[in-house]
Amino acid sequence: MPSVITANRLVDGIVVYLSENDNWLTDLTAARVAEDEAGLEKLNAIAGQAAADHIIVGPYPMAVDLDKGIPEPKSVRERIRAAHRPTITAVTEAR
Amino acid sequence: MYRYDEFDRDFLSDRNREFRGQVERRLAGQLTEDEFKPLRLMNGLYLQLHAYMLRVAIPYGVLSTRQLRQLGMIARRWDKGFGHWTTRQNIQFNWVKLVDVPDILEALAEVDMHAIQTSGNCIRNVTADPFAGAAADEIEDPRIWAEILRQWSTNHPEFTFLPRKFKIAITGALEDRAAIAFHDIGIRIVGGPNGTFGFRIYVGGGQGRTPYVAQEIKDFLPPDQLLSYLEAMLRIYNLHGRRDNIYKARIKILVNAIGIDAYRTQVEEEWERIRGEEIDLPADEAARIRAHFAPPQLQPMPVGHAAFSKARAQDSGFDRWVRHNVLPHKNPDYAIVSIAFKEPGRPPGDATAEEMERVADAADRYSGGEVRVTYTQNLILPNVARADLADLYEDLKATGLVAGNTGLITDIIACPGLDYCNLANARSLPIAQDITERFAEPEKAEAIGELRLNISGCINACGHHHSGHIGILGVDKKGTEHYQITLGGSPGDDAAIGDIVGPSFPAEEVPDAIEKIVDTYLAQRRDEEGFLATYARVGADPFKEALYGTSR
Repeated sequence: MPSVITANRLVDGIVVYLSENDNWLTDLTAARVAEDEAGLEKLNAIAGQAAADHIIVGPYPMAVDLDKGIPEPKSVRERIRAAHRPTITAVTEAR
Repeated sequence: MYRYDEFDRDFLSDRNREFRGQVERRLAGQLTEDEFKPLRLMNGLYLQLHAYMLRVAIPYGVLSTRQLRQLGMIARRWDKGFGHWTTRQNIQFNWVKLVDVPDILEALAEVDMHAIQTSGNCIRNVTADPFAGAAADEIEDPRIWAEILRQWSTNHPEFTFLPRKFKIAITGALEDRAAIAFHDIGIRIVGGPNGTFGFRIYVGGGQGRTPYVAQEIKDFLPPDQLLSYLEAMLRIYNLHGRRDNIYKARIKILVNAIGIDAYRTQVEEEWERIRGEEIDLPADEAARIRAHFAPPQLQPMPVGHAAFSKARAQDSGFDRWVRHNVLPHKNPDYAIVSIAFKEPGRPPGDATAEEMERVADAADRYSGGEVRVTYTQNLILPNVARADLADLYEDLKATGLVAGNTGLITDIIACPGLDYCNLANARSLPIAQDITERFAEPEKAEAIGELRLNISGCINACGHHHSGHIGILGVDKKGTEHYQITLGGSPGDDAAIGDIVGPSFPAEEVPDAIEKIVDTYLAQRRDEEGFLATYARVGADPFKEALYGTSR
């Protein structure tokens, strides 16, 4: 199952994804996708190091859909995280 | 209200300095997340879905306008311009940065506030009747005793690492507005002989995955023995509460496992042993704290009845607001006013920085500078002259905070749910929005009458779904959000846990299901009968029939 690695950034807690060149970006579509176990293991090792290097907190693999050619979350929870906002109109936004 | 002394301020400033150092060490990589997590939680800092969340304690729900304005400033400067009143009279900021937290805590300390004991396995912020000191049905002001409990429990060395978190609520009125039956310890102030009062103590209530209504452990405890008795209660729990299983670690599990009588026997034995140890507060210290809560000097302000009636007749919105959001004060010239953060479409309990500031302005102008937070996620102005009600309404109207729906079906309690929370299985806020929009017509909500509808996004029940007349619990059903409905719960004097009515519904079917329940109630009720009375009389069957038909 294609997967990416997600975490929260240490300094501000914002949701990030492991991207090219070991960067952690907020944009899921830029995430590196592991197609198999071996690929995921490699990404996990990078993530473990990033956690040890106090860049990110709590990394974990997350299954994605690639039907549209870009990684998309499978679960509601991960859709909400990837959107970086709640699904409702916030109280500060026009209703 | 209570004002910090030098001892309080020094303690807080030491604590904030300590946490600033811990944050710096974490950011520098000198602390791992495993090492840092318990330290940040002791300072109210969680890591949620999108960001860090800081839960700030509002002791027994009491805020000065200076504090409320500072919360608004924090929302604007360090968050996204809003905060969220919690179901335990606190406030949460959902988007804070770790790097900013030491500065935020310093800003809180400037107004005698902090985020200590809003997380972790300690005695949490004590909650109380939000009408304290003002309620027409009050026996004794519970804030005095909540403050004594706050001081006793803050950094209490023996109770900092309990088997699990510990929640205490206290009411001093005839009507329980603090949901004391759903707390680890619930305290009800009761009248004693010759104008005295004492405490009736309940234990082992709570919601979560194993809900219980608290049981009475002590019929009457004289005021000067409160701390030693609670110390004995906590000690027995600390000794025997389970630490091997997080789901069985709350005191409700212990009390129900060994039985209230066995628990009481042990507590009383321990109490006899420790009563002489000077745990109880000396009378002069209790008097010092009481002095902070001296009743306000309310000037006689007779309302012009003709003008007031005319204003009500001319504005149906004002009239409705008076019917539902204006509540009896112990001084007949005055009223307690509920400011609803629940107009249709609003995420329950969310408040913008500007709204906090406008409410502070209104409280300064009309309520002696005092504000309360309710566990139902609204604000209260406790001391408003009835003669000022029309002016207050006009001021609030400019901020959009005049929903006249306190206690009605649209006055929903909801946790942040899967839109924010790491523990949630399903979203709460969109369900709340859909239901409030379904019942947005004020006449419709009013015709239904008082109805408590509560929504939780997971079994931890922060949205108090077990105690809702109608409760909604979000569950994950094979990857989709479903909602289980309970009926017949109550948070008050008739405290009860709702019954699951049947199979869960997908999100889009929830508003229809709620409408069917309401229609069934309206069809079945007799005269002015409330929802609970109708439910008790007709049982669940008519509701099941309406929801599922005869085939289910």
